[in-house]
Amino acid sequence: MKSASKWIRFVVGWAAALWIFFPIFWMLLTSLKSESQAYAAPPVVFFRPTLENFRAILEQSSYARYALNSVYVSCGATVFAMILSIPAAYAMAFRPGRRTKSLLVWIMSTKMMPPVSALVPIYLILGHFALLDSVASLIAVFAMSNLPIVLWLVYSYFCEVPHEILEAGRMDGMTPWQEIRYLLLQMSLPGLASTALLSIVLCWNEAFWSINLTSAKAGPLTVFIATFSNPEGFFLAKLSAASVLAIAPILVFGWIAQKQLVRGLTFGAVK
Amino acid sequence: MLATVQTVRRGRLRWTTLCMTSPSLLLLFLWMAVPLLMTLYFSVEHYNLMSANRTRLVGFENYLYLLREPGFPDAVRNSLIILVSVVAVTITGGTLLAWLFEEDFLGCRIARFLIIAPFFVMPTVSALLWKNLMLHPIYGLMAFPVRAIGFGPIDWFGRTPMLAIVLILSWEWLPFAFLILLTSVQSFNRELKEAAIIDGAGPWAVFRYLILPHLKRAISAVIMIEAIFLLSTFAEILITTSGGPGTATTNLTFLVYSLGLLQFDIGMASAGGMIAVVLANVATFFLMQTVAREFRSTQAV
Repeated sequence: MKSASKWIRFVVGWAAALWIFFPIFWMLLTSLKSESQAYAAPPVVFFRPTLENFRAILEQSSYARYALNSVYVSCGATVFAMILSIPAAYAMAFRPGRRTKSLLVWIMSTKMMPPVSALVPIYLILGHFALLDSVASLIAVFAMSNLPIVLWLVYSYFCEVPHEILEAGRMDGMTPWQEIRYLLLQMSLPGLASTALLSIVLCWNEAFWSINLTSAKAGPLTVFIATFSNPEGFFLAKLSAASVLAIAPILVFGWIAQKQLVRGLTFGAVK
Repeated sequence: MLATVQTVRRGRLRWTTLCMTSPSLLLLFLWMAVPLLMTLYFSVEHYNLMSANRTRLVGFENYLYLLREPGFPDAVRNSLIILVSVVAVTITGGTLLAWLFEEDFLGCRIARFLIIAPFFVMPTVSALLWKNLMLHPIYGLMAFPVRAIGFGPIDWFGRTPMLAIVLILSWEWLPFAFLILLTSVQSFNRELKEAAIIDGAGPWAVFRYLILPHLKRAISAVIMIEAIFLLSTFAEILITTSGGPGTATTNLTFLVYSLGLLQFDIGMASAGGMIAVVLANVATFFLMQTVAREFRSTQAV
């Protein structure tokens, strides 16, 4: 009985996994084909793999620019959000006031405003100051839209640090900033690191603001991939290679940060 | 003397605390309030970037025009279709998968990763992956079984556009629902479950009367997060159908985008933006109510 249920789990579980993963696998396979093989009917499954598409994409100067923008924007916005969050989360976790709980709820509720309601004003403001298509403004926008999630995650990690340790530090005459610097950052480093990782993943994959606010100069990879949607750009193998390059690093990060994903996106409702 | 030192010290501490929290809160407040107030103001103005007489207060005229616009009811309907069907598919699929992955089997960690992977694929990639590699009428992988059973090429995004969009979005969001629900299932009290099995409960009864009620909190969380993101679906629509054919796949987000950034009608777009805020809150509220009611009846049985 026990082993029968184990077998069912094994067979059905793996079937579901392969079924769901198949499109990504097929994209990986297509990226290793020549263009003519990618269009072949019936589809080619066995072929001599080539790295030609990856070479073509990487040699294209624009790819490097988009990829670098993605790195700048995701890391910049994450650093910005972390710098804002850490002191605020410290104050809320260790020196809560009467209004702290309602402030936390308010922070979460800002996520209920759909980005499209802010699109027109943000677009006009940035256009007015000639800040459209700039990496700096995209960093600011991403940082603000991820701040609630980052702040909540950092807060929930700080809440797990025993108060006694911080009190011991306070007895020795530490200021709040020193407590953060020498005690908290050390003790909750794993939590903070994976929070940062989750924030990078969310920024890397964000497509609403990046498509609307940037184009050729400051556009990240989401915008680069979007340029393949016009008919002239219809090269299946090259599209696949570019896509594989765009998602590969984030798949690895995502695997490491999956626990924080659960905790961060549900605002701690599920741990 | 000591008392004064302590008051000074406490005062300084309060000052430090304020310095620590205020930057985040202030920026977050500005980030929310300024665009919202501007949208509200633009929405009662006649404001078109293409016309000379720039601004004139017109009251609710933009809202009235928007309500009469044939695309508007479609946009609200499409937003809700996307929300409800993707939530239904991902919650059902995610619950079943979580139940399946509750106990370890050979290679379950790898299988789990394969299921989670689509969540980390950026929206533009998954849109093009489905549009060009999977569902393309001639070169897509789906074209071959269709041809093998004797049909002509099927243009999925032309004939069943909403189905195709819902398919892509469900593929993107099933991993998220699965991950949250799995975490919740795994936190279930094992002893309680074993006691029920000893008392003769079958796997279905255990699932139905023990695990499902336990999942309530997680399911509510999934619905709320998915509602926030699904009502803002944009890149998938822009890349696959551009809202078409006609307005068949235009949701409210896409309508506001095309009014504001393509037709430069700031007033109308802002009215749409205000309606989007209301829709997001009302829809989420009703979904949460439904979940609450559903669970009340589950427990009554």
